[in-house]
Amino acid sequence: MGWLAPTAILVSLLYLGLLFALASWGDRRAEAGRSVIANPYVYTLSLAVYCTAWTYFGSVGVAAAQGAGFLPVYLGPTLLALLFLGFVRKILVIAKAYGITSIADFASARYGKSGAVAGLVTIVALVGSIPYISLQLKAVATGVGLLIAHGGGQDVLAGIGADTALIVTVLLAAFSILFGTRHIDATEHHQGMVLAIAFESIVKLFCFLAVGLFVTWGLFGGPFDLLARAGEAGLSDRLAFTGTRLGAADWFVLTLLSGLAALLLPRQFQVVVIENLDIAHLKRASWLFPLYLFVINLFVLPIALGGLILGGTVGEADSFVLALPLVHGQSWLAIFAFLGGLSAATAMVIVETVAVSTMISNDLVMPILLRMKGLGLARKPDLTRLILGVRRAGILLALLGGYLFFQGVGEAMGLVSIGYIAFAGVAQFAPLLVLGIAWKGANRNGAVAGLLAGFLVWLYTLVLPSFVTAGMLPQSLVAEGPFGLDLLRPTALFGLAGLNPVAHCAIWSLSVNTGLVVLVSLLTRPSDLERLQAILFVDVEQSRRTPRLWRGEAKVGALEELLVRFLGRPAAEAIWREEAARRGRPLGPEEPADARLVERAERQLARAIGAASARAVVASAVRGETVGPDTLMEILDETQKVLEYSRRLEQKSHELEAATAELRRANERLRELDRLKDDFLATVSHELRTPLTSIRSFSEILLDNPDLDAEERAHFLRIITSESERLTRLINDVLDLSKIESGRMDWQVAPADLGELVRAAIRAGQGILTERGVALEVAIPAEPTPVVCDRDRIVQVVLNLLSNACKFVPRPGGRVRVELRRRGAVFEVRVEDNGPGVPPSQREAVFEKFHQLTGDLNTQKPTGTGLGLTISRQIVERFGGRIWVEDSTLGGAALCFTLPVAEEVAALAA
Amino acid sequence: MLDRPVARLAALALVALVLFNFPTLAVVERIVAGDVPLLPFYLFGVWAVVIGAAAWLIERQGEE
Repeated sequence: MGWLAPTAILVSLLYLGLLFALASWGDRRAEAGRSVIANPYVYTLSLAVYCTAWTYFGSVGVAAAQGAGFLPVYLGPTLLALLFLGFVRKILVIAKAYGITSIADFASARYGKSGAVAGLVTIVALVGSIPYISLQLKAVATGVGLLIAHGGGQDVLAGIGADTALIVTVLLAAFSILFGTRHIDATEHHQGMVLAIAFESIVKLFCFLAVGLFVTWGLFGGPFDLLARAGEAGLSDRLAFTGTRLGAADWFVLTLLSGLAALLLPRQFQVVVIENLDIAHLKRASWLFPLYLFVINLFVLPIALGGLILGGTVGEADSFVLALPLVHGQSWLAIFAFLGGLSAATAMVIVETVAVSTMISNDLVMPILLRMKGLGLARKPDLTRLILGVRRAGILLALLGGYLFFQGVGEAMGLVSIGYIAFAGVAQFAPLLVLGIAWKGANRNGAVAGLLAGFLVWLYTLVLPSFVTAGMLPQSLVAEGPFGLDLLRPTALFGLAGLNPVAHCAIWSLSVNTGLVVLVSLLTRPSDLERLQAILFVDVEQSRRTPRLWRGEAKVGALEELLVRFLGRPAAEAIWREEAARRGRPLGPEEPADARLVERAERQLARAIGAASARAVVASAVRGETVGPDTLMEILDETQKVLEYSRRLEQKSHELEAATAELRRANERLRELDRLKDDFLATVSHELRTPLTSIRSFSEILLDNPDLDAEERAHFLRIITSESERLTRLINDVLDLSKIESGRMDWQVAPADLGELVRAAIRAGQGILTERGVALEVAIPAEPTPVVCDRDRIVQVVLNLLSNACKFVPRPGGRVRVELRRRGAVFEVRVEDNGPGVPPSQREAVFEKFHQLTGDLNTQKPTGTGLGLTISRQIVERFGGRIWVEDSTLGGAALCFTLPVAEEVAALAA
Repeated sequence: MLDRPVARLAALALVALVLFNFPTLAVVERIVAGDVPLLPFYLFGVWAVVIGAAAWLIERQGEE
């Protein structure tokens, strides 16, 4: 049978791998929103994590020694299950309403969000878990040892000098760390884990039933044969109450303890309360869970009796489940039996370590670390790695503690005795929890005093004696009491003798615990927050079902203030007017708000800041302080978002307004332009008509009078020619102007010398100057005068100014002076004349389109197009210059323009 | 006020508590079939009945 141990180990490893796969599948399904565990059956199976190696191996051990004495452990939870829809349901409702993440969180929230309560509960839970975990280690280690002993593999282990329990501990620790800290979020459900342990519950049930069936029908001829053989073997007493070696009180207390444990053990609270997906699952679970317990216990007595009949001793009975198949050559059944035990143990270790390590990180270590200002953790954005680290350390701590306990104490004790230590430990949560949800008067001081005292009594009356049993402390401590004080004997405190040690511990510790919770609560005053939390917990159904709880406690004014704060005054006042109208009377600020009003306010707020925040905010207005720092931060955050949103809206509307104004301006400008265009067209057509009319009339005269003399004919033709020229000029100017104004002008921008351009213009204008007999003075400096411009256009400007000047000078005696000089960053060109000058009121108007100075001194009729100066201004301004009219030293007008010096242009461009 | 099914289940729990404990067990202790004590049979029997009763109370409620 050398293959047995390796095969068993291989199967076990495959099994653990399968659990992993199952869990991640469950997680994926949960993420995809298609939960596989959202039904009462998986929920029930997950509750069956209650059945650990204790049940699987230990019950048989107890049954072998004490007959039916193993049963209170399952009768208690059965009674508890009958209270699922009452008492337990209330705990679930509270936990869901307030986002509870563990039993420590629950207790702390109830007692004014007290860190002391949370820490204390965590410590008790951790210390209580250690014996229980050590029980699992012991069971698995024993199982492995047994397989190896029968499989002939001792030499392998001896070779590496290994300690089976240590190997099992390390493996389980690694497994739990991998399994339990895959995710960080404690508030979410561990759906994958629940699925895995539900599966484990099926495995352990079937494996145990397989062994039971094998023993009953394989080794014996059925239950009656077994019973008869037991009678023959003198084991009938195991079937009597006397055989349980328990008293009536022991039996009762153990039932009670077990019932409490099925809810209060960290892992039980985890699966019953925290991992619950739907409160409705409690319904079916309240009879399915007892049914599971019933079925898994059916074969405990048969296996125990069978083992004893076949020669096993009471001391070995903890391993009958594995040993009986082994001894009778059923290797595969033995492997299955081992697998069942392994699944029972791993399920317990996984959930327990997840629960305890979550508590250690959330309720003990992180609060302390966050409070240490020097670490500056509160400001760090991401603490995930730290939290995961703490949780992993917590898992290691729990398992290592379990191993040490096993080494020190566990080897001397039966599985169930170890388990009971844990039961009695976590039972210390019962008074603060039960009173906490039933009695508003229970306060934090009471809870701390009761729990602390109960914990100490538990240590003294149950844990201490177990050290004595293990030989780590002198026997006299239990036998005679410390310092020989008989009254203080740990297992018979104040003379309460004759009880099972567990029952003795439970009676003392729970009495002291409950008594102190009540007494201290009555003697000390709770804080406002505690009172508030008490109401929220005890009256959870009312406060959830209707807002009526708030009737008479909220002032109308306070609510209105809230609405103003979150919705703004106009919206709040509108709501208030509506409500007042509905009631037919105004709402006084001091009158109590009715439920309707509170509900309305909350609904309105919920639209603005989200339901959770709205509830918290309204609650804060209604009853003062219910808002914890976290909630407050959440509200602030949400408000921040709302504010940000409204700020952005406001900005948008501002932008919109600006855009509208701009559009309006653009529109006005367009209309102005439209008007200008109409004027322009009217003027242009008028201007075109004048020369056309004269051309036409002179042409008609020529046509009608073919016998005109040659001189007259020539005179008329000259007029026609000159009018045509004027028409052409006009059209050219209009085209130029329209090109410039529409931006379609093709500017030939290049560096040029301004003096050169002015000279070119004078040369071009020489004709007109001579024709009018104008005396021209020119003052152009010799040094270069660089500018950047369109040469032809600037020549056009100068020529235009020059011809303008010529038009207005007296004839004869006309004088025109052209001057170019530098003035700082610009060159200035002045064209002065000794004409009549331009009156100051007209000096801007001359640049308007078709503005003509009446009174061409020579012809009395306008000769220009009226566009020349307009075009000149456009050109000069295009090249960054300025053009204007001023008085001339010659007595007439001075038309001046500037152009920037080229270096300056370059400097500006750079 | 408790809902009716919840109250009935609570009552069932009380009855079960009495049936699973002394003094009831003291009476059971006196019932012997031959020389075989019947305590385990009694306990498992009552247990089964209690579970059945709970199932009946709960599932019947679901049908209503």
